[in-house]
Amino acid sequence: MRPIANTRSAAGITTGRLAVWWVVGSEIVIFGGLLASYIMHRLAHASWAEQAAHTNVWIGLFNTFVLLTSSLFAVLAHYAAETERNGPKAARYLLFTFFGGLTFLLVKAAEWTIEITAGYTVTSNGFWSFYYTAAGLHATHVLAGMIIMLIVAHAARQGRELHRVELIGIYWHFVDIVWIFLFPLLYIAK
Amino acid sequence: MASHGPQHYQKIWLILSVLLVVSFVGPFVADALRASESLEALALPLTLLTAFGIAFWKAWLVAKNFMHVNVQPRYVLYLLATCLVFMLLFYAGTAPDVMKQAGSNWTKPPIAEAVHAGQH
Repeated sequence: MRPIANTRSAAGITTGRLAVWWVVGSEIVIFGGLLASYIMHRLAHASWAEQAAHTNVWIGLFNTFVLLTSSLFAVLAHYAAETERNGPKAARYLLFTFFGGLTFLLVKAAEWTIEITAGYTVTSNGFWSFYYTAAGLHATHVLAGMIIMLIVAHAARQGRELHRVELIGIYWHFVDIVWIFLFPLLYIAK
Repeated sequence: MASHGPQHYQKIWLILSVLLVVSFVGPFVADALRASESLEALALPLTLLTAFGIAFWKAWLVAKNFMHVNVQPRYVLYLLATCLVFMLLFYAGTAPDVMKQAGSNWTKPPIAEAVHAGQH
């Protein structure tokens, strides 16, 4: 029996893909609200710019590059799964994407360790509260994507459920887009 | 939906990487402009353009070329646009309360004092 996510398409696209777009839509509201909150507080309080000057722009730059590269691997996995129907190759690209996410989280952990050691904690002031909330929520999404990616890659390696490669890719690219906006807000605009 | 080949995706990744470098370098150039009296006025527009303008450009490149949002059914775009409108409504509804310290017949003395003291 084929999964319902890949066979029903009353909406013009498969149910699985429609579900992922709904997830992305709800995430836009979650992260959009968070970013909008940051922007209005940042514009209202000049002291936030002084606090933002303590974030390490080189680390932010490196992590942005890592996520952009992991997105490339995710779309290459999609291409391998859909056009070439090559499950093992798609799984290999998904693993590269997974390691991109892992690198991102490890660098983020090191960065937070440096900042917390320097005295910038979640209770220091408004800027750092937002910084840890936004980056932490984003990192949680990265972690969730990595776990799902391992499950999808395991099936793809055996040539099963190849349509899921695209679905996890859409989610991963969205997580990438969120970071594209977090990077200038938290690291560049000082 | 993966209609393009690997070369196309690699090209988009290269463009994204170049844009990332530009968004990184832009604010440094803006800082240099601030040191010059004649070019100081260009600093803020340059920062906004390189940091945030390029962020929108990069996001569109990822959405169009990696997520293939442009070849989805039109209602998917409407769905995403509706969520963005909700975000703008949230901003419009709450920003005056957050960003203003006083208005007609109301003030926020504790916040205003904290801001004045540099604690907020």
